[in-house]
Amino acid sequence: MAAPNPSRNHTISIAYANFPAVSQKLCKTVMFVAWTGCELRPLHAFTISPGPSLTDISLQETQPSQSALADLSARIATARKASAGDARFRLTSQAAALLVLAIFAGVIGSLIIGAMPSIKAFGFNFIIDEAWRPTREHFGALAPIYGTLVTSALAMLIALPVGIGVAIFLTELCPRPLRRPIGIAIELLAGVPSIIYGIWGLFVFAPWFQVHVQEPIVESIGDVPVLGTLFGGTAFGIGTFTAGLILSIMILPFISAVTRDVLETVPSVLKEASYGLGSTSWEVMWKVCLPFCSTGVVGGAMLALGRALGETMAVTFVIGNAHRINPSLFAPGTSISATIANEFAEATSELYTASLIELGLILFVITFIVLTCAQLMLRRLERAKGK
Amino acid sequence: MVLNQALYFRRRLANSLFIALSLGAAIFGLLWLSLILYALLKNGVSALSVSLFTEITPPPGAKGGLLNAIFGSVVMSLGAVLIGTPVGLFAGTYLAEYARHGRLALVVRFVNDILLSGPSIVTGLFIYELVVRPMHGFSAIAGTLSLAVIVIPVVVRTTENMLLLVPNSLREAASALGAPQSFVIRAVTWKAARAGIITGVLLAIARISGETAPLLFTALGNNSMSTDMTKPMAALPLVINQFAASAFEDWHTLAWGGALLITATVLGLSIVARLLENTQRT
Repeated sequence: MAAPNPSRNHTISIAYANFPAVSQKLCKTVMFVAWTGCELRPLHAFTISPGPSLTDISLQETQPSQSALADLSARIATARKASAGDARFRLTSQAAALLVLAIFAGVIGSLIIGAMPSIKAFGFNFIIDEAWRPTREHFGALAPIYGTLVTSALAMLIALPVGIGVAIFLTELCPRPLRRPIGIAIELLAGVPSIIYGIWGLFVFAPWFQVHVQEPIVESIGDVPVLGTLFGGTAFGIGTFTAGLILSIMILPFISAVTRDVLETVPSVLKEASYGLGSTSWEVMWKVCLPFCSTGVVGGAMLALGRALGETMAVTFVIGNAHRINPSLFAPGTSISATIANEFAEATSELYTASLIELGLILFVITFIVLTCAQLMLRRLERAKGK
Repeated sequence: MVLNQALYFRRRLANSLFIALSLGAAIFGLLWLSLILYALLKNGVSALSVSLFTEITPPPGAKGGLLNAIFGSVVMSLGAVLIGTPVGLFAGTYLAEYARHGRLALVVRFVNDILLSGPSIVTGLFIYELVVRPMHGFSAIAGTLSLAVIVIPVVVRTTENMLLLVPNSLREAASALGAPQSFVIRAVTWKAARAGIITGVLLAIARISGETAPLLFTALGNNSMSTDMTKPMAALPLVINQFAASAFEDWHTLAWGGALLITATVLGLSIVARLLENTQRT
């Protein structure tokens, strides 16, 4: 730093010109000090006195005292340490955030690498081939994909209307003292692990369903042309339909909780205005509330669909694990997750394992698409709420 | 004004129908859920006994308990929380404090939400490729890691949400006193959001204590007592999975007992978390 000659008066402009670019900040400090007449600490080793006019200052170099220099270096050390700690903290948190990305990339990467042998061996045929014959090293994913899609569709078909019904009941019709307890109960149930639904389905529901629902249906409409194909065959209790039902019970609390949250965002002014015009509860709900938060409801439903697609344990127990596409919904089938869960630990050959991993990859891609749609919709809702 | 009686009647009819339907839906939904809880309580309580906690899983046809499974579940969940919490805490802090509107934060947030609700069985496959295959064997370490992968997104999400609830004036006041940003975060923001962050950790524990799919081919399960982290280890959900699929009555009873234990743990943790969250929000 080119120190200005202390014996001469400097105007501010001269001070600017004499200071190199790095010390512009100091220059500004000097200006500020000159302006306000504050005393500058001896850290900068200048004494400054305001000149006759505001733009005139004189700088006089002083010999900094030993203690002031020690104080200065101690302060610099502290500040350095603090800023190094600050940077470390920032880097740590950034690294953690990047780790989340790395996990995601790792999931996709490991699935693709793991699935490579199967992708090479079967190519695109893997997706449209129904045959799954481990003994002959021949694998096709159509049956599990079909099972996953059908059980999820069934689950949504049942859980969506019921879930929305429950949500409407909770926000509009339920007596006030019951609202909170029922709402909390539903939210808690959304956290019950899927394996619980699985063993309930296997031990309690399937036997009951077989005797009291499936058998009468098979007997009564087993011979009717279209219905007979859908609901025919032998009543096993377990099967695609049962899996769909259990799934629907599992995602029901989830859909109800999300829909209720979304319905509560409807401004009461809207509802009151509508009631004021003489609308019935039904009209307020159907023509005002649901259109107002349709994005949220659909987003919540997509989230639930994402869950249903990837659900493993609740399905594995009750779907029957048969690698066949049977037109009857009562027949045993399989889903992607059930196939992986059942066969992975026993898969002996390289190709077998790779095929199962490719199934996982397909599942991940499907849920990724569904969840992305859900995200986009819920984001839009959040932005709308933010306004 | 002339009242259109027919229209009025139609509208009232539609309304009653709607009320009846949503009432029906509520009853229908709650009925199933209470049936499940009832079956769980009925079968689970009769399976509860002291030996459940003191003996290890029996061979077919013998009596026994779930000691090794409970031990395995506790150890692996604890490990997963120890690994997952710091990562989740820092990542959530990054999202809320450093890069709230940055592009990286946008991507991380999106990816985190996908991981949060993505299929957990895929996590198992990931850890299988990452840990089990290179180590040439199933191990409790792999199980712990796959649970940690599930813990992280839960903690990230709740941490971020809770930090966003902390009023900016607190941060500004601390900064104005000259505190570096990291100090502001540690001493002010984290402290203000402490209850909420703990809520997230509890919810994560609740989530992993019932997770079965990611353990199936990482920890694998073990029918004897094992404390070796490099060997397969038992876990409650794995035992339920194995025993429920078997044909032995004793094993079924144990599966119900385990199911009740898991559900009680999950519900207990969720309730505590909910209470804590309420103290945070008010």
